[in-house]
Amino acid sequence: MFDIAATVIVLAAILVLYRAIKGPRIYDRVLSVNVIGTKTVVLLALIGYIYERPHFLDIALVYALINFIATIAFLKYRETGRLD
Amino acid sequence: MIDFLLLLFLVVCAIAAIRMKDLLSAIMILGVYSLIMAVVWTRLNAVDVAFTEASVGAGITTMLLIAALSRTKRGEEGNRQSSISRRSLAALLVVLVTGAVLIYGTIDMPNFGDPNAPANLHVAPRYIEKSHDETGVENFVTAVLASYRGYDTLGETTVIFTAGICVILLLRRKSEQ
Repeated sequence: MFDIAATVIVLAAILVLYRAIKGPRIYDRVLSVNVIGTKTVVLLALIGYIYERPHFLDIALVYALINFIATIAFLKYRETGRLD
Repeated sequence: MIDFLLLLFLVVCAIAAIRMKDLLSAIMILGVYSLIMAVVWTRLNAVDVAFTEASVGAGITTMLLIAALSRTKRGEEGNRQSSISRRSLAALLVVLVTGAVLIYGTIDMPNFGDPNAPANLHVAPRYIEKSHDETGVENFVTAVLASYRGYDTLGETTVIFTAGICVILLLRRKSEQ
């Protein structure tokens, strides 16, 4: 059950990866990276249940917290052309 | 099934990051690679490595690469050789032979998670039985990292500290001078 759900999530992430590679605009890629990050969080929660170790949920939460750092750095770079 | 899909994902990401002309896009794809790699580590039950991969690989490395990109040019320059030359064929041959030798080397290795593997027979029981008495630390991994290999960890911390100082020196603003 959880295995099937995890497989479907990975398949969906592969669909998003197509958009990340194909582009064409840079914002498509940013959005794809963000969506894949969200799918990673769900996947980690599911893997926790597959292994019957539900405390992996905490790890998924921390992933959700650090997921947006790259996006913010990227958007700042696009806006100002520099990071500092 | 899910492992196969994840590894396929990684291969596609790696090839895409190499082939990408726009370096900013390549950085984004590398971030995806790190995220999926973290999931693979979690599948292998190496949660701490997965954490490091996600925070350093997907978070800090992406930021550092973008910071480096903001100081240089974004596009790839120079004329890439489109035709397959004899030299690249020779390189492919070397890579294939090296890969074959490496795979041949893994044939003798014990199966994944084998309880009779040498790593599980000699070193691990020693740490499991004695580390609490010898170091007083509750967690084995922490005991090995911070006590048995304390000087090693100190050296690693020094290296990372030096690298951090170098990054600050390279990326600091010129206008403050």
